[in-house]
Amino acid sequence: MPTTIPLSWYLILALILFSIGAVGVLARRNALIVLLSVEIMLNAVNLTFIAFARFRADTVGQVVTFFVIAVAAAEAAVGLALVLGLFRHRKSVDVDQMSALRH
Amino acid sequence: MEAILFWIFAAALVASALGVIFFRSPVNSAMSLIGGFFFLAALYVLLRAHLLAGLQVLIYAGAIMVLFTFVIMLLSLSEEEIGGPRYTLFKAAGLLGAGALAVIVAWAVGAEGAGLGMGRQVGTFRGVASLLYTDHLVAFEMTGVLLLVAIVGAVVLAKRTL
Repeated sequence: MPTTIPLSWYLILALILFSIGAVGVLARRNALIVLLSVEIMLNAVNLTFIAFARFRADTVGQVVTFFVIAVAAAEAAVGLALVLGLFRHRKSVDVDQMSALRH
Repeated sequence: MEAILFWIFAAALVASALGVIFFRSPVNSAMSLIGGFFFLAALYVLLRAHLLAGLQVLIYAGAIMVLFTFVIMLLSLSEEEIGGPRYTLFKAAGLLGAGALAVIVAWAVGAEGAGLGMGRQVGTFRGVASLLYTDHLVAFEMTGVLLLVAIVGAVVLAKRTL
């Protein structure tokens, strides 16, 4: 086991996290869990940026992560407001039932 | 030492992510993700990104997940029954996570940002701000506008009558 963790291990960890988030987006029916899975995917991307910032000795990766966190906050706020409005209208947050655009 | 910490935090992070998609109740998923964010912040500290680690806990775990939990509680009360809240478990987990993060941050901040020719200010406020307010100033200002638009949008979407 190396004393410092190589870059590839962090990237593999980010890949695993991103896959878990993607599976959550596709497989869960509750809209809130889908939004949580999107947050997992965003954090996997953040981890990739931070890892590259460390191993290329370039702080730009951390600056980009700063922006990703801010954008994720804005997206979570608007997404949750949408889910609330949807629940008020349909009395359900089941994404499988939201098929009005399909027919 | 760093390898042991990496494995602990990585395993806990993956476990919490799996918990998000496998728990039936959204409250459990949100709590699992909050725990995962603490371990992710600890990984950021291992990667010499101390400011981002602090921001991760403050913004992601402290604001975004609180917003999520609010909405989950709002919606859960009317559709399914939350059986017997075990608040003591949440509090214990939260204290443990906060304590672990504090220990890790204190240990990592005491160490120097050595290796790979990085200066002592990498990952600190000054290191990030020296790039943020010079090269990326436009993006920074646009992020402020984006947050304002998101606030207005969320308020408009959530109101019952305009």
